[in-house]
Amino acid sequence: MSDIGASAGLGTALGDTAALIGRHLRHLRRTPEKIIAITLTPVTMVVVLGYLFASVVTVAGSGEYHDYVMAGVFAQVGLTCVGVAALGVATDLRTGLIDRFRSLPMGRSAVLVSHTAADLLTAAAATFAVTLAGLGVGWRIHKDAGSAVLGFVLVLAFAYVMLWLGALVGMLMRNAEAINGISALFLVVLSFLSNSFMPLSGLPAWLRAVAEWNPVSLVAAACRELWGNAPTVAGSSLPDRHPVLLAVIVVAALLAVLVPVNLRVYRTAVTR
Amino acid sequence: MDTAIRATGLGKRYGEHHALRGVDLEVAAGTVLGLLGPNGAGKTTTVRLLATLLEPDQGRAEVAGFDVVRQQRQVRRRIGLAGQYAAVDGLLTGRENLELLGRLLHLGRKGARARAAELLTRFELEGAAEKPAQTYSGGMRRRLDLAAALIGRPEVLFLDEPTTGLDPASRLVLWEMVREQVAQGVTVLLTTQYLEEADFLADRILVIDTGQVIAEGTPDELKRKVGEEWLEVGVSTDAALPQALAVLAPVAAAQPEVDRTGRRITVQLADGIGTIAAAAVALESAGVPVTDFALRRPSLDDVFFHLTGRGTQVGRAPEEGAQPLAQGPEGEAERDEKAEKAAPGEKAGRTENGEKAEREPVAAATARTGDEQ
Ligand SMILES: Nc1ncnc2c1ncn2[C@@H]1O[C@H](COP(=O)(O)OP(=O)(O)OP(=O)(O)O)[C@@H](O)[C@H]1O
Ligand SMILES: [Mg+2]
Repeated sequence: MSDIGASAGLGTALGDTAALIGRHLRHLRRTPEKIIAITLTPVTMVVVLGYLFASVVTVAGSGEYHDYVMAGVFAQVGLTCVGVAALGVATDLRTGLIDRFRSLPMGRSAVLVSHTAADLLTAAAATFAVTLAGLGVGWRIHKDAGSAVLGFVLVLAFAYVMLWLGALVGMLMRNAEAINGISALFLVVLSFLSNSFMPLSGLPAWLRAVAEWNPVSLVAAACRELWGNAPTVAGSSLPDRHPVLLAVIVVAALLAVLVPVNLRVYRTAVTR
Repeated sequence: MDTAIRATGLGKRYGEHHALRGVDLEVAAGTVLGLLGPNGAGKTTTVRLLATLLEPDQGRAEVAGFDVVRQQRQVRRRIGLAGQYAAVDGLLTGRENLELLGRLLHLGRKGARARAAELLTRFELEGAAEKPAQTYSGGMRRRLDLAAALIGRPEVLFLDEPTTGLDPASRLVLWEMVREQVAQGVTVLLTTQYLEEADFLADRILVIDTGQVIAEGTPDELKRKVGEEWLEVGVSTDAALPQALAVLAPVAAAQPEVDRTGRRITVQLADGIGTIAAAAVALESAGVPVTDFALRRPSLDDVFFHLTGRGTQVGRAPEEGAQPLAQGPEGEAERDEKAEKAAPGEKAGRTENGEKAEREPVAAATARTGDEQ
């Protein structure tokens, strides 16, 4: 019997991941309603915020409200990813599939990597739809193509981090209702305690500091910067002065923490 | 390698609850061990520990010569697992399910395809191979699950209640599959609540209850523990019961047991086989209206009852009955499975139901005999 040794080679690990991504793509093809559900909410948001609110809300130092708010909506797409990944992983746990995968001689990263990779595709589809809707209501990028692309990369990187957070939530809380509840709470708290829809200038100082360092605020601020959507009156705090750099650092740091924690939890994840 | 599975002092706690407390077991290569026990005994926990899904708090175990904690990958390369609830991807078709596992077992794209096709044929799933597994019946899911466990041609196969919810025909098919695997040298550890299943498939049986081994041996050895054969006599009227009792008293070795609702008397015979004729003649000449007169050997059900003081929730395996397959278990098991899903915490309550069910099939057997006459 050929024994490849205790650690699977990188090639095998990639092969496992590819096979599992194939599985998730089949899922997506067979349940297109999942993409629709994820896409519909942010697209509706764009329409509501861009048309209805634009006439009543003005952001100091910013031109049109839709220029300000689009970055916030893209961050929403990322936040929605928590629930998506959590439900996917929890379902695999509940149906015993993770047990089956864990009884196979696979590397332990393949299952979670493929889950998050496939869900990232969903997030990309939602991002694309939001972009189209945004352009439809009059949103425009005022910078060069390079920084525009960088902004979208940042949006997807943030979504990817949120998917890993979701996978962790899914392994720890296997109950679908509980997951729905917690991810809705998470979405509300993180988006309203951020600059997604309103600048933070009106908040009391301490709350403002918290909201400024909220990764959602950092990502949204960075995107505004990269797309030329930022208000002209900027604050003097650290996040106000270096939004892009800080967003990149925070997103990378979150990923560096979440991935190993996920793999650790996966090792002993149990069905019940 | 002589011993395929060896566990010593295996212990597992869930919080304060001791699910397993020091289980020792040994399974010789190429044989079948039946792990028997009531709900909550620790069967699934044992399987999960041996299949590297859980780590023991105490003790150690080796499967196919490798330590289940320190050499997980080597163990996983040699085992197949079919868990208590079929673990199949409902959105994928039967074929896709098997091909995916084949690829994850590194059979290659072609190899995986060939192996999947082979197993679909063997398990009579070709007709449904292109349908999503969520449209399968319970029995089909079970078969797909077992096929999935066999993809990697495992040396050691773990089957956790493999026939729960199957109809008698599917159960027979599955039994044949298991025997085929054993004939090819595969070692099997199977948990079951069906004593007849353990009797049919297992070379040795381990009975566990509340996380401890309470008996071990071959099916015959266990049956011998319960004692000799006995005579069961059924009568057609209530009035005939005392009459029959009086007639049988002289040939009885111990106080006869009476089941009034079933109108049935169970007698341990004083002189074994020799007294059967005497008992028959005595009943006949006294004019007792006998509906049933049978010599009964102890079944594993009796062993189980004897050891744990409880029945299983399934019917008695009819050792000498007209039907070789238990008539009760399927429906019963299905209902039980559903009850389990609805109220996973209420295991204690189910044992009580089990005790009630214990006597039912006996009454049913009497009724059947009556009908025939
Ligand atoms: N994840 C868990 N958390 C807490 N308790 C558990 C867990 N898994 C099992 N138990 C408990 O451990 C004991 C043994 O469970 P196990 O599933 O091994 O029993 P079993 O013999 O397979 O029962 P059944 O016939 O119902 O399948 C039970 O009392 C059960 O409630
Ligand atoms: Mg069990």
